[in-house]
Amino acid sequence: MEENIKLTCLHDRHVALGAKMSPFAGFDMPIQYSGITEEHIAVRTKVGVFDVSHMGEVFISGPDAEKYINHIFTNDIRTSKPGQALYGMMLYPDGGTVDDLIVYREFEPDHFLAVVNASNIEKDVDWMLKNAKGFDVKIDNQSEKWGQVAIQGPEAEKTLAQVLKLTNAPEIGFYKYAEGKWNGARLIISRTGYTGEDGFELYTDIKGTQDIWDRLIKAGVTPCGLGCRDTLRFEAGLPLYGDELSPEISPVVAGLSMFCKLDKDEFIGKEAIAAQKADGTPKKIVGIEIFDRAIPRAGYPVELEDGTEVGVVTTGYHSISLDRSICFALVDKAYSALGTKLNIRIRKKVFPGEVIKKRFYQTNYKK
Amino acid sequence: MSKIAEGLLYSESHEWVKVEGNIAVIGVSDFAQAEMGDITYVDMPDEGDEVEKGEDFGALESVKASSELYSPVSGKVVEVNSELEDAPELINEDAYAAWIIKVEMSDEAELEDLLDAKAYAEIAK
Repeated sequence: MEENIKLTCLHDRHVALGAKMSPFAGFDMPIQYSGITEEHIAVRTKVGVFDVSHMGEVFISGPDAEKYINHIFTNDIRTSKPGQALYGMMLYPDGGTVDDLIVYREFEPDHFLAVVNASNIEKDVDWMLKNAKGFDVKIDNQSEKWGQVAIQGPEAEKTLAQVLKLTNAPEIGFYKYAEGKWNGARLIISRTGYTGEDGFELYTDIKGTQDIWDRLIKAGVTPCGLGCRDTLRFEAGLPLYGDELSPEISPVVAGLSMFCKLDKDEFIGKEAIAAQKADGTPKKIVGIEIFDRAIPRAGYPVELEDGTEVGVVTTGYHSISLDRSICFALVDKAYSALGTKLNIRIRKKVFPGEVIKKRFYQTNYKK
Repeated sequence: MSKIAEGLLYSESHEWVKVEGNIAVIGVSDFAQAEMGDITYVDMPDEGDEVEKGEDFGALESVKASSELYSPVSGKVVEVNSELEDAPELINEDAYAAWIIKVEMSDEAELEDLLDAKAYAEIAK
């Protein structure tokens, strides 16, 4: 095993359950337990639980907190009410993406929680501190003190109420959260997720996270690894930082400009995003379907009929829920329109395909 | 612990060979299928294609990854297991029953480079 690899507070549980483990974002994480397909289907049809304790929790507070967040965050935090979460990005001045994240407005005035990707915690905190000059804010990275589990699927609400006795779960709206307690520690019950299904993310301390996980597993909730987390988010058309968002891939390129609020006075990257929206970008992230069971995978070339390369696959699967071979790809803008015929080269063969809508799977959020 | 069938020959890249006269029946080992997880697609050559010892002739795809198949012998593909087109999971169910291709060998001496079950057991762990 790679040196200095980090373990989440549930690591020993994954090993005991016989999970296939692999390094991800500096953590030794479970990729699958019973199998990606079985876990994927559990989330789509019943309920599954994920260890997402590797994610970063950064608390931002102070008299200038709202103004500061609007400076570094593309969405407009002023539109959020206490107990509400917003999705958006932090950008470099050129519009490239530092990270995508969720920012919660806490019930306590001037208090916010930013939840960031595990792979980016250090980079994000550096970026936040670097851009905090002149703002009266406190930036407190508590990632190592918090655990997080995601309970996802049509039976998630019932599972919270019955197994965890969180009987207020039905009252929590989509992208909202409620405060709770777990063995005396703070518990955040958030109706969010990364699967395209209804579900919750529970944030609490290490001991509480272990206790919640153990209760869910004992009650028969399917443990789910990062393998199906990726197939689920992919089908729902959700980007993964590093694949569909990066310093080179702006939210406009990724088709996520609705999360960049250009009516705000300013935010880092605003001018670049405004220009990209006005002029278009040289490349776009699109969905492509090929009409074969072969699987377009990240890095495979996207080609025209004459073999000219016009793009590259960023994520691809034979979709478990749709039984279709589909992918996200970064392609030249001229070939990004729906219905455009594009080929994908898979090893020695070329498979004909077509640009389709990126939201492959109809999501089932409780609005 | 994966199963290793006796009486077959194995390559270091986890293919097995069953010799039937001058025909090599080729599949992947139980160890290989277990490493792959649920197999969702088998990329196979066409009948009549030539394959070279050590060169890839296709691939196994699981949900998460693809893994190339390397031919343990040289020769001409005389049959592909078309059942795998619709039921790739047969390899997960019984890797030694779910053969992938049959090759008419051009050089049977190549078989000498392959491993017996006992020698392969040292690799497949």
